[in-house]
Amino acid sequence: MRYDSLLDSLGNTPLVGLPAMSPSGDVRLWAKLEDRNPTGSVKDRAAFFMIEQAEKDGLLRPGSTILEPTSGNTGISLAMVAKLRGYKLIVVMPENTSEERRQILRMYGARILSSPAAGGSNEAVRVAKQLSAEHPDWVMLYQYGNEANARAHYETTGPEILADLPGITHFVAGLGTTGTLMGTGRYLREHVPGVRIVAAEPRYGELVYGLRNVDEGFVPELYDESVLTTRFSVSSADALRRTRELLAQEGIFAGISAGCALHAGLAMAQQAVKAEERADIVVLVADGGWKYLSTGAYGGTLEEAEERLDGQLWALFPRRR
Amino acid sequence: MAIEVRIPTILRSYTGGAKAVQASGSTLGELLINLDTEHGGLRDRLVDGESLRRFVNVYLNDEDVRFLGGLETPVADGDTVTVLPAVAGGAL
Repeated sequence: MRYDSLLDSLGNTPLVGLPAMSPSGDVRLWAKLEDRNPTGSVKDRAAFFMIEQAEKDGLLRPGSTILEPTSGNTGISLAMVAKLRGYKLIVVMPENTSEERRQILRMYGARILSSPAAGGSNEAVRVAKQLSAEHPDWVMLYQYGNEANARAHYETTGPEILADLPGITHFVAGLGTTGTLMGTGRYLREHVPGVRIVAAEPRYGELVYGLRNVDEGFVPELYDESVLTTRFSVSSADALRRTRELLAQEGIFAGISAGCALHAGLAMAQQAVKAEERADIVVLVADGGWKYLSTGAYGGTLEEAEERLDGQLWALFPRRR
Repeated sequence: MAIEVRIPTILRSYTGGAKAVQASGSTLGELLINLDTEHGGLRDRLVDGESLRRFVNVYLNDEDVRFLGGLETPVADGDTVTVLPAVAGGAL
């Protein structure tokens, strides 16, 4: 397929069947391969839409500086779009984010500011909000509350899935900013009566939860509970196991959040089998596994990998010291 | 009498440092009331009036109870209830 530029190739990612993991011909699982986006993750959609909207709103002008709290994928996507469109980018990331992501961000010319590891993305958000107040000329797109993040999925991910699989019964994706689930979920609900929208929430390590006071929690501004049918908390061990099964059984080398969504997708599949209902379940694969190799998630036994990741999965990988 | 309740670090001061405690009840609401008799003050950190506090997530066998029936969600022996603070996502 031919495109005028890299940005024009955004989206239209493949939806591939998972025949080995599907329980039967009536209960089928499908993977939406978002690693086939320009920088290799689903976040390219949100980044492109958020920047386009900020341009339309007159917030971004040539040479403007964008500021964003991100633990990786969104930063990389924004860095690519910013590079092509002539903006500077400052990302605020937890200090222990994996080295791969830092190297990619630096190559794209982004400046990285570190936030404390303890507290994870919550801290990155807090630091970015503080910086934004101190530098009113910087433009914070703020993926957790930017409607263009969810709209990217309402206008692209949702329609793509429906076109490829009109009989879809379930859409399952990881819950982070909630943009993917809100946008895709709203679109599918409007077009597919009874469709179930399932959130798979990674259960983070204690480093993330440890310091939170229950009165100071964080719920993304984009989050609207009414879009979801249900929401699962998935342990690191289950996410890791499913990520490996996805490679072993279907040949797909995915990031760990895909294993998280797949775990919830398989639970839905089992429910459908039990209820003797037909199901076509789409699981969103947010990215490939490349950026997580240094974490040890893919080497050795599951138990060893789990131990290495214990308390630090997702955003929080200690750089090897 | 055997529902395991997993407690997040921040609330373990109410459970003498225990990561998990046992409790009983026929609904989540009842379970939390019973839990409070042994771990005084814990319920108040989770529940505000008739519903869960905004930044508290409670999962029954890994499913968010807000989608099951909230405090009215039935619970049974062998179930696991997990309490977690709401936090920002990770690999974003």
